[in-house]
Amino acid sequence: MLESIRQIPIDYYVYLSTLLFVIGILGVLIRRNAIIVLMCVELMLNAVNLLLAAFSTYLATPRARSWCFSSWSWRPPKRRWGLAFW
Amino acid sequence: MTLYLFLTLAVVSVITALLMVFSKSPVRSVLYLILTFFAIAGQYILLNAQFLAVVHIIVYAGAIMVLFLFVLMMLNLNSDTEPQKSTVWKLTAGIASGLLLVTLVGALRGSIQISTPAEANGRVGLVENLGRVLFTDFVVPFEIAGILFLAAMVGAVLVGKRDLQV
Repeated sequence: MLESIRQIPIDYYVYLSTLLFVIGILGVLIRRNAIIVLMCVELMLNAVNLLLAAFSTYLATPRARSWCFSSWSWRPPKRRWGLAFW
Repeated sequence: MTLYLFLTLAVVSVITALLMVFSKSPVRSVLYLILTFFAIAGQYILLNAQFLAVVHIIVYAGAIMVLFLFVLMMLNLNSDTEPQKSTVWKLTAGIASGLLLVTLVGALRGSIQISTPAEANGRVGLVENLGRVLFTDFVVPFEIAGILFLAAMVGAVLVGKRDLQV
């Protein structure tokens, strides 16, 4: 079995993702700069991705991990948004 | 050892995320966000998801952050140009997100019980298995993502050539 699975309970990953997600929400709420708000949304997406990767490793299936790609796939529209802003 | 590595990465990611939210200048926020992403990539490697880690670094630290820095520099955003929200609003937002954190942690405490299969090996996160799943079970979302990419590319060209005669 993997070393990290044996030593780290999955609760730690869940709490870390929750904390990062809440920090992202806090950033969306208190910042007014649109780019910073978008970055905070990215942070929330990353928290979800981390959770997906953790569960996929602990359940030993690559299925959960492939959903990470769906949250990556909205970055081209965002890039277009950035270009339009420019 | 692994636990300490995890804790270090977790503390680094949380602290840099907080600094990103609270730092005044947008450029500094972007730099802190890059640090956060690197810490998360370290977590992926710890979870034996090397492919995810590599793609994560390429996507975020490479493409988007460079573009965002460009945008910030072109727009010349400074801390004094950013409109500030009122103190009451900030306080309310802090309390609301704190309550959300308490609620989530309280709901999740002790409710997670998973059993790792005994045959779990380190080969799950490798490109081979991920690619097989992505091209068999998840081929429809994959193709939809491809269409989204194409639409974004066409849109970027159209936006870039604003004076194009159609």
